[in-house]
Amino acid sequence: MKPFARPVALAIALLLGGTVAGCGTNDAGSPAGSGGSPASTAGASATLSGTLTVFAAASLTGTFTQLATDFEAAHPGAKVSLSFDGSSTLATQIIAGAPADVFASADTKNMTKVVNANLIAGKPVTFATNRLEIAVPPANPANITSFADLARPGVKVVVCAAQVPCGAAARADEASAGVTVKPVSEELNVTSVLGKVIAGEADAGLVYVTDVHGAGGKVKGVPVNIPRATVNSYPIAGVSSSKRSPLAAAFIAFVTGAQGQAVLKDAGFGAP
Amino acid sequence: MARPDVWEFRAVPRWIVALAVLGALFILLPLAGMAARVNWPDFVALVTSDSSRAALFLSLRTAAASTVLCLLLGVPLAIVLARGSFPGQRLLRALVLLPLVVPPVVGGLALLYTFGREGLIGRALDVAGVSIAFSTTAVVMAQTFVALPFLVLSLEGTLRTAGQRYEAVAATLGARPTVVLRRVTLPLVLPGLVSGAVLAFARSLGEFGATLTFAGSLEGVTRTLPLEIYLQREIDPDAAIALSLLLIAVAAVVVALTYRAPRRRHTRPKGRPATAGPPPREAATP
Amino acid sequence: MTLAMSARLAQRNLDFSLTVGDGETVALMGPNGAGKSSVVSLLAGLLRPEAGRAELDGRVLYDAERGHWLPPHARGTGLLAQDPLLFPHLSVLENVAFGPSSTGAGRAAARRDGRRWLQAVDAADLADRRPAELSGGQAQRVAMARALATEPALLLLDEPMAALDIHSAPLLRRLLKRVLAGRQAVLVTHDVLDALTLADRIIVMEHGRIVEQGPPAAVLATPRSRFAAGLAGLNVMTGSLVAGGLLTDDGEHVAGRWAPGAAADERAGAGTAAFPPSAVSVFLAAPHGSPRNVFARTVTDVEPHGDQIRVRAGALAADISPAAAADLALAPGTDVVLVVKAAEVALYPA
Repeated sequence: MKPFARPVALAIALLLGGTVAGCGTNDAGSPAGSGGSPASTAGASATLSGTLTVFAAASLTGTFTQLATDFEAAHPGAKVSLSFDGSSTLATQIIAGAPADVFASADTKNMTKVVNANLIAGKPVTFATNRLEIAVPPANPANITSFADLARPGVKVVVCAAQVPCGAAARADEASAGVTVKPVSEELNVTSVLGKVIAGEADAGLVYVTDVHGAGGKVKGVPVNIPRATVNSYPIAGVSSSKRSPLAAAFIAFVTGAQGQAVLKDAGFGAP
Repeated sequence: MARPDVWEFRAVPRWIVALAVLGALFILLPLAGMAARVNWPDFVALVTSDSSRAALFLSLRTAAASTVLCLLLGVPLAIVLARGSFPGQRLLRALVLLPLVVPPVVGGLALLYTFGREGLIGRALDVAGVSIAFSTTAVVMAQTFVALPFLVLSLEGTLRTAGQRYEAVAATLGARPTVVLRRVTLPLVLPGLVSGAVLAFARSLGEFGATLTFAGSLEGVTRTLPLEIYLQREIDPDAAIALSLLLIAVAAVVVALTYRAPRRRHTRPKGRPATAGPPPREAATP
Repeated sequence: MTLAMSARLAQRNLDFSLTVGDGETVALMGPNGAGKSSVVSLLAGLLRPEAGRAELDGRVLYDAERGHWLPPHARGTGLLAQDPLLFPHLSVLENVAFGPSSTGAGRAAARRDGRRWLQAVDAADLADRRPAELSGGQAQRVAMARALATEPALLLLDEPMAALDIHSAPLLRRLLKRVLAGRQAVLVTHDVLDALTLADRIIVMEHGRIVEQGPPAAVLATPRSRFAAGLAGLNVMTGSLVAGGLLTDDGEHVAGRWAPGAAADERAGAGTAAFPPSAVSVFLAAPHGSPRNVFARTVTDVEPHGDQIRVRAGALAADISPAAAADLALAPGTDVVLVVKAAEVALYPA
């Protein structure tokens, strides 16, 4: 028995050890990594190397992919690794110890969760805003032209569940417009809402302006024509446990700078 | 005479046992980890809230309905696959098992583009005034889609093991094919049928991706327990954990009540008189 | 009340025809792979022929040329195989009642039938047992009752006693004797005793074809086929017929007498010589004297055979007294000379 047990234990140890080591190397990057102090001196771009891990809200997928490429072009030696998911999922992951350097949330609530966990370096900066729009199939079968049309009987409207940011915004807009929508489905995320409209399953869905933008011609946007429409703020911040704070700071500056703002504006985001 | 059925030797190396323990821990530890995070003082309140109760009730209802549907469609499918012999049989088996390997979301998309309003069949149904999407029917269909292979696989294996000799004998005794099916085939494969149905029920209960994609999510109509858990996680992790534990408990109870491990051999006769001669033979030709 | 069947099945190398008269029991014998079980399966409807036709009591079981094929449940043939195959989920009584209840008899009537047939096979006391609680012999008797309960027009028995131990077989043989009296049946067996006690006629099959048939006593007394001679316990040598004897493929000459019934025009070409082991004498060196067949062999086996000793030397066997065996100090490897009088050797055209 014993002669067998040992190699097996060894194999398992190697397997686990190998994986951990693999993660480690990814993280540590080049020897220029941590040191820190040279960042403030002259020739900053030369020292800004290593891999930056950015956790960004799913609605930022298109823009941040673009921004990462632009950032890498501006800082040779720097690499940006992106992870997209719902803001609350990302916040939970960071609080659970995920190795993020930068967190870009789609709402202030989830950013606040991370701030309250003492995991944010400095103060979060709002870098973009977003608001809801009515997405309808290109043919607009239910002939939706205004927010009030969503309350018409027989119209199949899909919204986000109240528990997620896009759903909370939808409820707020309904309340301020005095319109009661009876949705056929309250989806778990905004992508599912958009998907149902693209598939022609729903007559209309409440999604973000940027989602309509990103869907190309697959859906048509009808503006939410109400006063005091809800505006979502997108905060960004460095994670305090990051070993690459200078790089993180440079990336945040890049997103909030002229070049980043132009990319965000092109995608339909509002100014902060 | 040496009687293999009384031998107690088991050729299981100790290192295999060690790895098996590791495997069991791999499954049990995360469950324990979750149980450790449960907010016990509020547990009852969390799992009995209106939305929780609606989700649980919907889950049980749809999983039961989809199990019935799996039986109705899966039993004939398994019989045809196990007993039939026709061109394309292997291909059909591979395709039937496809939902096992395809991500459920893909299954949901496939259903959407088939039975949805703009879908292949859905368009005709829509004209006829039948709308499946966003209905409880859609939930049942999504669950059946992902659960059917479990039943077919389990039953087909049992059918193959059982063989066709009893069925042939039944036919020579004058039983028509339907009578053979009812009085011989199904009783013989009952253990496989039950375990297949339990697996299908459990799979239906846990269905998430296909339901989300095809059926949507509306309290009491399409928001099953897994969808409710996913949603609660956004704002109330305590509720999500409590509901997760509830889901596991329900699944465990169902499985424990009905699923029996495959028996090592046929049950040995009880109280057989010692003078009854040689031990009964196993059903096998030498 | 007769069966007439013919069938061809290339895949199983079968080309066969058979008639069974009213109340007749036919024993199908032959080496493994001869096609005996295929014939039974064809008749039961568990196998489809490529060509041929079968008719039982005026009903067509199958007619390949016309594409006619009756499914097993509509044939009225009862099958008893080597394995009893009692339905494990039913009690003994439910097993026997299965046939009647599956063909429309009411539950009570079916159980009544079941009890009657259990009685007929002396197994009434087993009615409430589960098949797993039966011994092999009991199970086979119950299976017999189950087959008989459907009142089959033709009974198909495929080695029904092959799997039974030596204590159960005689009991079932007695039962079969009773059951088969006056019944139309086809019995596949390897046991010459079954053929002798149960069958009205033996059919010997080889390679899917009939090589010999006749009343059991006649077939065993004057076997024409190698297989039948083997059944009768005879030594068999094959080769080509020459004047007054047989020339084996190994070049040995075997002198003998023509078997009764061997027509004059058949006394050439391939043939068989057969002689009983009791007619063989064993010597250590070739004796001189009367015209005899002399075969030099090496002993392969020495075993008791009744109160004699059977000496096996290759394909041949000799029965000698224990004293003679001891005198000769026979053991495997001993070189011996086997001697047979020509008068004891029967010659058959193949």
